[in-house]
Amino acid sequence: MRHVLAAASALALMAGGAYAKELNIYNWGNYTNPKLIEKFEAETGIKVTITDYDSNDTALAKVKAGGHGFDIVVPTHTYVPIWISEGLLAETRPDQMENFKNMDAKWVDVDWDPGRHYTVPWQWGTTGVVVNTKYYSGDINTSAIFLDPPEELRGKINVVPEMGDVMVMAIMYAGGEPCTDDKEVLKKVHETLLNAKQHWLGMDYGNLEKFAKEDLWAGVNWNGSTFRMRLQNEAIAYGYPKEGYPLWMDSVAVLKDANNMDEAKAFQNFVMDPENAALISEFARYANGISGSEAFMPEDMMTAPEIVIPEELKAAGKFNGTCAPETQALYTRIWTDLQK
Amino acid sequence: MSEQAAYRPGELEAEAQAADNRSRWMLALPAVVIITLAAAGPLMVMVVYSFLTPGDYGNVVWKFSLEGWMNTLVQRDIFDDTLIWADAHLSIFWRSFSLSLITTVLTLIFGVPTAWFIATQPPGKREFWLFLITVPFWTNLLVRTIAIQELLRSEGVINLVLLKLGIIDAPIQMMFTNFAIGFGMTYVYLPLMVLPVYAAVDKLDFRLVEAAHDLYAGRWTAFRRVILPLIKPGIIAGSILVFIPSLGAYVTPRVLGGGKNLMFGNLIELQFGQGRNWPLGAALSLMLMAAVMIALMWYVRVTSREQSDG
Repeated sequence: MRHVLAAASALALMAGGAYAKELNIYNWGNYTNPKLIEKFEAETGIKVTITDYDSNDTALAKVKAGGHGFDIVVPTHTYVPIWISEGLLAETRPDQMENFKNMDAKWVDVDWDPGRHYTVPWQWGTTGVVVNTKYYSGDINTSAIFLDPPEELRGKINVVPEMGDVMVMAIMYAGGEPCTDDKEVLKKVHETLLNAKQHWLGMDYGNLEKFAKEDLWAGVNWNGSTFRMRLQNEAIAYGYPKEGYPLWMDSVAVLKDANNMDEAKAFQNFVMDPENAALISEFARYANGISGSEAFMPEDMMTAPEIVIPEELKAAGKFNGTCAPETQALYTRIWTDLQK
Repeated sequence: MSEQAAYRPGELEAEAQAADNRSRWMLALPAVVIITLAAAGPLMVMVVYSFLTPGDYGNVVWKFSLEGWMNTLVQRDIFDDTLIWADAHLSIFWRSFSLSLITTVLTLIFGVPTAWFIATQPPGKREFWLFLITVPFWTNLLVRTIAIQELLRSEGVINLVLLKLGIIDAPIQMMFTNFAIGFGMTYVYLPLMVLPVYAAVDKLDFRLVEAAHDLYAGRWTAFRRVILPLIKPGIIAGSILVFIPSLGAYVTPRVLGGGKNLMFGNLIELQFGQGRNWPLGAALSLMLMAAVMIALMWYVRVTSREQSDG
């Protein structure tokens, strides 16, 4: 009899599970703290499913194709205007949500979503250079590390194959502005990149372990990822190129055709809570945009040189806008030429 | 009556034949439908897309354009707008093509003796060796490729052993080189060569080899004049199975080669991703398919001609 009861209650639980509220999140791989999701599920009773993507374009193409079943997506700032103009995002008005008061004022009136009518900050960071200081002791706050590499580092350099970031760094190194279509500048960029490439060993993602084990000594990388490398190998340092380096922010947005609109909005509100935002940062090691989250973060996040930008190099960091399609096409050509 | 008797058995036979044919077609129907829907359908989409105009942020605009096809071979110069050969596309294509050729040759060199070894084992033991050949398929390709890194890296197994034995005094840079790509590709595709060649060697009548020796053929002559022609169908099948997927391979070259140079597969992926030029991507894919078909037809023709000459 007891078995029958147990089976019956198990069935009832399962049936209940099927009717429970759900939320489908589409986010970058290795980017979401499982603890954050557990907390959200415990507080709201909403069952969360996470699906990974590896690039903004993958996410955009998949959602545009329809039939995806996702409620939430986390695009980079340069893509947010595209998502909005393509009519893919719901205007959820995070600025009228309860936890909006926690958002750091400097992230409210941003170019890509003025007044925050669509998106909520997830994490933000910088793209800079990584150097193993055991092999090179000179100035590392320069893009010359990979564009005109010092003798010591040649042949041990990896550049992440992220066209947007690498092009912006090379353009600023050549004295241009992000998204420029100035042919003179681009010609210089083309030449610099082609010359530099002979000194590179690879152009790949996911190099945490190769840097930690010193197969690679220098390269282009993101700050949080470099932070994680340094935790495994103390000789690794992060440089902010004085010629200019990209700033970026990934933001939580709700899809217009979301099946679980209320749950998705609840999630946007949830991540604006300082304690929850701290969980996001604790995992992927990037800063978030929520004031007061510092109090909940691990000690080493406050002082990490990968997170705290030196005062004199702050001005060199720039949020690049969304480039015009024709300009993007030019960049693709240079990029293809670089890898031919 | 006698006329009818002579007539009807033939008719019945024809009818039975027709019924037999029908039922065979019915049996094949599900497969034919799946192949048509799953292969021809997407292919048609590719053909249509290759003649459209790229949308601003990916996808296509429904406006006829030959630009996609033209750009596979000629492009406007980035800086002075003159028409030039799309040398980037051609050199990337050549890289993929030569890599596939090298992989095919290497898998032949390593695969044929392996298949021979297995096929000449006592019957009870063959299954065991074949089973070993299939073991790598149990694990995902990416995982295996990353495992190879552990062998090749500066502080990897090979370098450590060579250093310990005193054969080298500094680690050899093997990761991110063409050697690493060739090594990885050969490893990944070797089973696809071994299995068909094994099937051919297994059917080989060894009395013919003995006969060749009786007629004073040396080992090499016997191999070239008797064995090779007999196992050729297996070699052809193996080469095709290795060559075609290598042409589109990009996980192995990217992980082991460091991704510094694009493979044709990466070039196509770039157009559908960051490049946002789907028509060009579609045209490049179709070009690749055409190249594969031409190469195959040539290969089959040449090898079958040799066979009839031999």
